[in-house]
Amino acid sequence: MTAGDRTGDGVPSDHGPPGRVRLRTESTPRSATPPSINGGGPEPTRAVVFDIRDMAVYYGQNCALADTSLKVYRNLVTAVIGPSGCGKSTFIRSLNRMNDAILGFRLEGRVLYHGHDLYGSGANRVEVRRRIGMVFQKPNPFPKSIYDNVAWAPRNLGMKHRLDERVEQALRQAALWEEVKDRLRDSALGLSGGQQQRLCIARAIAIEPDVLLLDEPASALDPVATASIEDLMHDLKHRFTIVIVTHNMQQAARVADRTAFFSLDITGPARFGTLIEYGDTETIFRGASDSRTRDYVAGRFG
Amino acid sequence: MLFALCALAGLLVVVTLFDLLYQLAGDATPAISRFGLGFLGHTTWKPGFNIEGAGALIYGTAVSSALALVLATPLGIAIGLYLSMVASPRVRATVGPLVEMLAAVPSIIYGFWGLVVLVPFVDHLEPGLHDALGFIPLFGAPSTIGISVLSAGIVLTVMILPIISALSRDLFLTVPEELKDGAAALGATRWEIIRGIVLPSTASGVGAAVVLGLGRALGEAIAVSFVIGDVNAIHLSVLQPGSTLAERIANQFQGALNNLHVAAMFYCGLILVVIGMLTSIAARAIASRFDVNRTLGGGVL
Repeated sequence: MTAGDRTGDGVPSDHGPPGRVRLRTESTPRSATPPSINGGGPEPTRAVVFDIRDMAVYYGQNCALADTSLKVYRNLVTAVIGPSGCGKSTFIRSLNRMNDAILGFRLEGRVLYHGHDLYGSGANRVEVRRRIGMVFQKPNPFPKSIYDNVAWAPRNLGMKHRLDERVEQALRQAALWEEVKDRLRDSALGLSGGQQQRLCIARAIAIEPDVLLLDEPASALDPVATASIEDLMHDLKHRFTIVIVTHNMQQAARVADRTAFFSLDITGPARFGTLIEYGDTETIFRGASDSRTRDYVAGRFG
Repeated sequence: MLFALCALAGLLVVVTLFDLLYQLAGDATPAISRFGLGFLGHTTWKPGFNIEGAGALIYGTAVSSALALVLATPLGIAIGLYLSMVASPRVRATVGPLVEMLAAVPSIIYGFWGLVVLVPFVDHLEPGLHDALGFIPLFGAPSTIGISVLSAGIVLTVMILPIISALSRDLFLTVPEELKDGAAALGATRWEIIRGIVLPSTASGVGAAVVLGLGRALGEAIAVSFVIGDVNAIHLSVLQPGSTLAERIANQFQGALNNLHVAAMFYCGLILVVIGMLTSIAARAIASRFDVNRTLGGGVL
């Protein structure tokens, strides 16, 4: 398989690897099976990390997101794409309860994390975030040294044993070690934007989370820094389950194994974001079953 | 034309300040020429014998203000944290202005309150304090009616509390939400976020707020004069009455015995102004360190 196939016109090819056989379904009559949201190819046989059932999010009276059900699989990169205001950020921030602090926030449905209800009475918000790390749109290093940025959370959690090694390990995994190893005591605020964002990734993985949530992590970065973050994700997914929100479709196509397309539901009087289609990235980009998905990935709106 | 008026207004400030210093020094001259710098260390105050020294007053000023700082700093920071990070918006909107109103109460009212409410209360408190902490010289045998340096310290605490709490609340609110979110996303508890992110990034600003509070405590005359007793003595124990520079002037100026007595009080006033200027400079220095951090922080802070 060559790069030509990546940028090809989506015509199914018999020479593709087994994983892409599903593209053939595009040429078979679709009417036989009604399109379903999870219709994009066979379900992976991997462990389910998040099982989201009928999620709806309200801010006060306003519904931001509704009718969203999907499963996030272990050690895959799951991308969330869609036009502005479709609830992407609301969705991802609901996966580690970052929305709790927002006034009037209310979530309906269930978010099961390895079978545990994240919003159940037994769930501890701090513990949830300790396992489900998050990197934000704008790099937000603490006004501390590079070392302390990474070491801060492990110290809080009592992971003080061989802290230096842990910091080095995290910085290496975030592909930042070589650039900062001689100035660990310098302020993190002196780093470039791309370095700051990789520092934030290092900071998140230093406490060995299970999941990394990335909320448009490259949107504030230049193309070179973006490329380094994307490279990083290919390595990181072997250790973590990654969910990434992006407004950049090419980025989703490059990094994600599975892609969820969110859009605004404008059928009723109230507008709210909702999951339109979810499946393997190939399917979403080449053979989406919903016309809205096809229009979006073709660049016709958004 | 308008600019000239503004410049004139600015000039007025400078002229007033220097004239003030000049007049103070002038009126204090008899005392300065008679006692010299020894005035600062001398602890006798006997206007009838033409002997005056500000040692006990400076000591009383320092101790009562230090007491106020020790009590008001943690309390003020705690109130600031509560109002900025813990309280619901409704509580914030109600309690916040109330705290600021505390600063608007005239000092004479604090004097009344101190005398009528606080002193009797301290009178009950002091024997217990002495029994429990008497092994520390600070808590020696109490005076009999609650008039003491401790009472003055508590009145000053209440008076500088609104300064420290309102300023530190405003500082805590300037910590960017992204930083707090970033810390929360790392599984930090609210207290860990406060200790690890909020307090370190506002420390110098809070320091400046504390020094501003100190400035107010050092110069407070009326409220202190109601509760401290105006006794010219240096006691290690804060449960004994004492005196401060400003309070001495408020208490004795009206009934001054002679010109030297008046001049000695002007001398006290001069010392007070110099101390006040020094605290103002200190606050500025601490705050500008904060500003430097901000610019170095690339706008993140």
